[in-house]
Amino acid sequence: MLLHLFSLLVAASTALLIFAGGLVTSTGSGLSVPDWPSTYGWFMLTFPIDKWVGGIFYEHSHRLIASAVGFLIVVQAVWLWMAEPRHWVRRLGYIAVAAVTTQGILGGITVLWFLPAPISIAHASLAQLVFCLTVSIAVFTSPGWRRAYAARQAPLDTDRPLQTIAMLTTVFVYAQIVAGATMRHTGAGLAIPDFPLVFGSVVPPYWTWPIAIHYAHRIGALVVSACVLAAVGHVLYHHRDRPELRRPSLLLLGLLAIQITLGALTVLSGKQYLINSFHVVTGACVLGTSLVLTLRSCRPRFAASRTGATGSARLHESPRSYESTQEWSPTPGVPGARV
Amino acid sequence: MRRLQVGVMIVTLCASAAACGGASDDDANAASVPAAPLTNPVDPATAGNIVGRISFDGPLPQPAVVRMDSDPNCVQLGVTITDETLVVGSDGALQNVFVYVKDGLGDLRFPIPSTPFVLDQEGCRYVPHVVGVQVGQSVEILNSDPTLHNVHAIPSTNQEFNTGQPLPGMRHTHQFTTAEVMVPFKCDVHPWMYAYVGVVDHPFFAVTGADGSFRLEGLPPGTYTIEAWHETLGARTQTVTIGEQETGDIAFLFPA
Repeated sequence: MLLHLFSLLVAASTALLIFAGGLVTSTGSGLSVPDWPSTYGWFMLTFPIDKWVGGIFYEHSHRLIASAVGFLIVVQAVWLWMAEPRHWVRRLGYIAVAAVTTQGILGGITVLWFLPAPISIAHASLAQLVFCLTVSIAVFTSPGWRRAYAARQAPLDTDRPLQTIAMLTTVFVYAQIVAGATMRHTGAGLAIPDFPLVFGSVVPPYWTWPIAIHYAHRIGALVVSACVLAAVGHVLYHHRDRPELRRPSLLLLGLLAIQITLGALTVLSGKQYLINSFHVVTGACVLGTSLVLTLRSCRPRFAASRTGATGSARLHESPRSYESTQEWSPTPGVPGARV
Repeated sequence: MRRLQVGVMIVTLCASAAACGGASDDDANAASVPAAPLTNPVDPATAGNIVGRISFDGPLPQPAVVRMDSDPNCVQLGVTITDETLVVGSDGALQNVFVYVKDGLGDLRFPIPSTPFVLDQEGCRYVPHVVGVQVGQSVEILNSDPTLHNVHAIPSTNQEFNTGQPLPGMRHTHQFTTAEVMVPFKCDVHPWMYAYVGVVDHPFFAVTGADGSFRLEGLPPGTYTIEAWHETLGARTQTVTIGEQETGDIAFLFPA
């Protein structure tokens, strides 16, 4: 349980880091600290606080939060290595360490190379994947996942349509975020200055690269909205009695409404930096929530594949366990299956 | 397998530590500067001048006061600065226009001034706001403020650079290797701070002052294309011909 709580802390810290990164871009502070990993020649952690002025405040805070998140992710990986019996969860911890390290290096490179768009877009996109990894670990270490959400219904109650819709939603949300990052780092955020229309019309009267990527982001919002509505509708119609699906669905719906509102306000306010940054982090929350819904909807399928393919072999793994096998794997007929 | 995973973690951590221990020096001043003659090829006995005035045609803009709240050090200077984007005198004189010979000098090459041009950061702004230098001439960027600045040049053809000046009195010297009109300078710490540097390969350039006038001296007789560049109003050109020891007079009018 402690590990799960810590994983939640890591995921929340990662979301905060994404918000801080959004502030850096929104305030145009990305190059206010020209050196990396040092800060104006100081070691990052000893940079005097009275010098955190102007754009430095945003950029330096982002670096410090990133360092803290990196440290937390390393601690999480070590904790998983020591206490987690499922090797694939441990492996996720190692992947998270590698991803956040790569992310830090990308952040440094983008500063030293004066914010080249491809690197900055990669930095923004990888941030979301790191967040997804932390969210996934939090899900996999949760008590609900370990008991297969089996308190109220049959654990192998597989709903393939829901799994497909939820997976598609997650993929489309991620693609939408990458499109948004591309728009953001190529200066196309106000390429279409009006909302909800496009230069007073439904389709742009002329096309340039900034207009095209901006328009793609708006169309992407429609696609994501349709996916979210389909997923939420499906859950509420078929699984109203399953809180592990109902809750993220309703949260997803609420976050989508907030996100679309923030997107509109970002354009109408001329990219006001706080609105813009909340738009970025809310996008991450939409992605994370969609991922939670996907993982939970796939939980029975997960168990089946694990128990069917590798269940017997896994019984011979190292005996480390923080709880009794029966507690965290109650799948009927599959004693000891580690999922 | 476990050993492999532990190994991956150790390598990753080592990579992180190594990344955190380096130092960066972004002094982008290593590019070579083309050699230049030591003497001026223009015969002073025949040289002429081009003079003129730049005017703004439109309602007088009221420059906004720049809010510097994001840096208390700037506020404590007690200096009120105004937006220099469009500075117009009462008689329409347009300030901060870079005027230069765009074409007409042929293959003539000119000595490079040995004295550096000082671009100061004073009162949390660049002084002057618009300047001109020759290719190969040293530009010395000075921090006269009791706060940090980063000097960030964003050229299109020259080498971009971004260097920090955390302490008062720090200087950074740079030489541009290619003619480029204009090279924007910014400070990412203080987003209101901008300057524009016109880099040309001859000495015939000027920046208009409060009266909107300019003077290009010592030109050989000939026909020249003169360009006047303003940061928001764009660029306009005119052609002028001068004979021996003549002074050509031209005027530019920038509509709002």
